[in-house]
Amino acid sequence: MRLPQIAMLADGRRLNLQDGPIDLIVEARGNEANIRAAYEAAARRFTGLLDELCKELVELRKPADPLVCKLHGRVARRMHAAVAPFASEHFITPMAAVAGAVAEEILGAMVGAANLQRAYVNNGGDIALYLADDERFTVGLMDRPDQHGLMRTTIIDADDPARGIATSGRHGRSFSLGIADAVTVLARTAARADAAATIVANAVDLPGHPAILRCPAHDLQPDSDLGARLVTREVGDLSHSEIEQALEAGAHKARVLLAQGLIESAALRLHGETRTVALEARPAAAPRQMARESVMQ
Amino acid sequence: MLPDTTAAAADKIRCDACPVMCYIKPGAAGACDRYANHNGELVRVDPHVVLERTVSHGGRLVPFQAGGDWDGKIVHEPNVFVTAIGAGTTYPDYKPAPFIVSSEIDGVDMVTVVTEGIFSYCGVKVKIDTDRYLGPETAVVRVQGEAVGHVTTGEYGSQMLSLGGVHHLTGGSKKEGRVTCDALMDLSNCKPVELTIDGGATVVVQAGYPPVVNGVAEERMRVGCGSATIGMFAKQWHGKVDEVVVVDDHITGVLSEHQAGKLLDIPDTGIKMKGRRSTPGRYFQVAEPGTGWGGTMISDPLSVLGPFDPKEARPGMTMLMVSTTGEHAAYFELDTALKPVEKEMPADLKFSVERIKENCEPALCTVLFMGGAGGSLRSGVTENPVRLTRSVKDALTRVTSGGAPVYVWPGGGITFMVDVTRLPAGAFGYVPTPALVAPIEFTLKLSDYAALGGHMDHVRPLASLKDSAEVRQMTPQQPIPGSRA
Repeated sequence: MRLPQIAMLADGRRLNLQDGPIDLIVEARGNEANIRAAYEAAARRFTGLLDELCKELVELRKPADPLVCKLHGRVARRMHAAVAPFASEHFITPMAAVAGAVAEEILGAMVGAANLQRAYVNNGGDIALYLADDERFTVGLMDRPDQHGLMRTTIIDADDPARGIATSGRHGRSFSLGIADAVTVLARTAARADAAATIVANAVDLPGHPAILRCPAHDLQPDSDLGARLVTREVGDLSHSEIEQALEAGAHKARVLLAQGLIESAALRLHGETRTVALEARPAAAPRQMARESVMQ
Repeated sequence: MLPDTTAAAADKIRCDACPVMCYIKPGAAGACDRYANHNGELVRVDPHVVLERTVSHGGRLVPFQAGGDWDGKIVHEPNVFVTAIGAGTTYPDYKPAPFIVSSEIDGVDMVTVVTEGIFSYCGVKVKIDTDRYLGPETAVVRVQGEAVGHVTTGEYGSQMLSLGGVHHLTGGSKKEGRVTCDALMDLSNCKPVELTIDGGATVVVQAGYPPVVNGVAEERMRVGCGSATIGMFAKQWHGKVDEVVVVDDHITGVLSEHQAGKLLDIPDTGIKMKGRRSTPGRYFQVAEPGTGWGGTMISDPLSVLGPFDPKEARPGMTMLMVSTTGEHAAYFELDTALKPVEKEMPADLKFSVERIKENCEPALCTVLFMGGAGGSLRSGVTENPVRLTRSVKDALTRVTSGGAPVYVWPGGGITFMVDVTRLPAGAFGYVPTPALVAPIEFTLKLSDYAALGGHMDHVRPLASLKDSAEVRQMTPQQPIPGSRA
């Protein structure tokens, strides 16, 4: 059997799991025996997970049915469950939640096998969190997945309902139908955050704008689940009011999802402008704390 | 909405590296960004090129990492330098610069922030060692008919071209941008490129090789201008020949009139030069520039002479005519009508011509890549980008490109130049913007890196690259990149 790459990172604290397009950074905090047990559980669960998903890849790439799930695998079904609430109104495939769903699965295996204070599984920016009582995470929000400046920070503590963070936008590894540089969503689960970030990022748009270059997804990636849908390749100069208009379209979508209880908060970024939904009320970390605590992006 | 015409339409291949089994178009990568379709061939795109600093000139390869799992400590591996080639810029998404590598050099914790910069502001400066006329200053230089740059001010024994730059890359037509980008990338990767100069020559330029001007490979740089050549060899000619003319497009020298000849009491010969006399024995513009003798257009050296003055000249007088590189030379004796007649050159004069050749350095093309590392690239290195710029200016941070030393321009930004022959093969790439992708590394003390707001969380030791890295041997003359200039 093909084995994934399993290695500790340089700091000796974090575990790196990689297989095909999946690349996870995992960290658990607790006593030594529990950390080892958690990492062993993560590695065990990770082994074969990609093959499991690929068995159902054809179905996973089809638009999700909002009511019926034909999938069998645990992760595949979690993906479907995460996108289903969006599927009646939007084009969405379970693939929109693959990163978050994988992160959740690995985190679940860890938490089930060990007694931890806190843990996270970061799957390319889509993060699943675990927090015991009185623990917290300081989270840095990035503005563009291909760049690395932090837009702002926020704290997630044990009382906070958010356990998933995801960022979507046109600079990431997957295509976007919208023009947002980045949309970061906090939701109750990583899979839900992943799907919702995709939906909100798609909503940040200026349909028909001449400065936006689009191209059918399958021209770029023949087997893309987006098929012939036009994905954003380049965004030229936009006026201030156009940026505001696009961000407002996305923010409106985020507010609807918030009201439906599908997300906890969102931050939207386009051409240097930021719009937040239910994020302002959240506590921000002091800069010094950020340097000490693990900053996740 | 505009259609995107840059997407390739040719044959896709199926990757079997993992069960996702992506279909990949030519020039594109699969879902993992690790495997790509390169001209129909599946290639792994992320080998880290690790330049090895070999201690001995023998260039022994040392094992990159002994077996066993990584224990998390900082590695002591002073003979290896990690370069940015193949580091990629966008993968994996969540890491700051794709790889931030720590290794210990000279007893201090060092950090190399490795990224590949995308340079829309970039170009190459080309120095072509030749006296042959390539074209007028500011003339347009073309590749496949597209303007890619211009002829700039000539330097000693060399013609200079300035190619690329943002105006040709993105300011002109799409084809101009693409052709410029290809030419820059080929020149930077030490491949030959044929350049045509408006109102001038066609020259094939390849870094580290002699230029080929109008189909003829240049062999040598001139030993000096015609006047300098007279000065250098006057004593060796004294007593062996009555007159020497060193034909040169810039300054043609005449032994009997030249200060060097006067000091040796060489008598007048009644020679009459064409062109404009500068000072005694030194003539400008004896002929039009060209690819013949000494960078002029002449093939018959006598065409730069007028009739000899019968008051000074006498039958049987001997004359050597030679170019500044010794590639062209002829020996004459005046007949009874005082007309120069070509004769077999005496051995000692042949020897002096050989001596001129011997003192000429081999003619080379040299290519310096020049690019500016601006805003976004720096933020892959630190959360506070301007501190990186300041750190470079304060010489706390050493900049290298593919492990090669660079010259960083004073003033704003991080604009640097690097000799492309000092980078490993295939170091430069491109993106369809079009812009060039060049490796750039910043090396600094771990403590300095923390102080400028570096991504400390993402520092990883050298040994952690062992699985994905390709080890290449560094050429021995390369200085140790880790040490400060």
